[in-house]
Amino acid sequence: MIWLYILVMAVTTYLIRALPLTLFKKPIRNRFLKSFLHYVPAACLAAMTFPAILSATENWISGAVGLAVAVALALCRRSLILVSVASCTAVFLAEWLIKML
Amino acid sequence: MRRKEFLAGMKAGMPVCVGYFSVSFGFGAMAIAQGLTVWQAVLISATNLTSAGQFAGLTVIASGAIILEMILTQLVINSRYALMSLALGQRLGPNAGTGKRLAAAFFNTDEVFALGMARGKQLTAGFFVGVGIVAALGWISGTAMGAVAGSLLPESVRMALGVMLYGMFIAIVVPQAREEKPILISVVLALVLSCLFAWVPGLNLISDGLAIVLCTVLAAAACALFFPVEEEEVAQK
Repeated sequence: MIWLYILVMAVTTYLIRALPLTLFKKPIRNRFLKSFLHYVPAACLAAMTFPAILSATENWISGAVGLAVAVALALCRRSLILVSVASCTAVFLAEWLIKML
Repeated sequence: MRRKEFLAGMKAGMPVCVGYFSVSFGFGAMAIAQGLTVWQAVLISATNLTSAGQFAGLTVIASGAIILEMILTQLVINSRYALMSLALGQRLGPNAGTGKRLAAAFFNTDEVFALGMARGKQLTAGFFVGVGIVAALGWISGTAMGAVAGSLLPESVRMALGVMLYGMFIAIVVPQAREEKPILISVVLALVLSCLFAWVPGLNLISDGLAIVLCTVLAAAACALFFPVEEEEVAQK
């Protein structure tokens, strides 16, 4: 029975990803739709990051510290790896500090 | 797929691999706690490659719900992938054939999509699949490790590592928003909406997956209405 759940889960997830990619192969001509898709990535990433990052750590304060460090470094155009490693280090240090206090 | 593109993708995917390892470690540990075997946990990770969907799937399995509920849960939580796949398909362009598209679709997770979009106009299916394979390796091995030795890594370290993924999103979005004002507006709109869905009573009953889709659609549609992209600009993208 568990195997059936796993199969159904895999097929559903794959179809959600594969159908839009294979059914809409031609470039979209409609200006509104084109513009819409132009704005989708940034809007989607933003919605996924906040406020979720605040509940991704043991304490919302450490999540906020990680967020602040990442935004500051990204504003300075630091590399992707540096931004992510620094924000994760900041979270770790913040949690350690909170526990010490 | 060109070898060079594929290798560049694998290199770019390294931070995702580390972040995924820590998140899926938690998934593996939780799957065992819910009564699944190591192989079942690994198989779920290898065939789904999605965090929220898998955690929700575990809950469905544990509660012994009917199969239809599994389908509906995955549809709601993973519907954002449909939007991402649509945007990805446009970016890959008409030169990418069905085979490449079917391969890219398998790896279209939040983080792999983010890295693909950060690649800009020159994004190829080879690069995308390169990122995806490295990410999947982290995801699958993390699940296996978590299932076998769930108590090995302290919770605090795991959580801090999980923040790496958010750090990546921020590193990708912030420079774009700084460069292009309408993108900044779409980001601010999405953030405000996302806070409403998280904190306003009633609205916060909507599942996370559906809330992300609603935020994205509303913010992107508003910006498309008020700041339509110039024709030539889109043609280049």
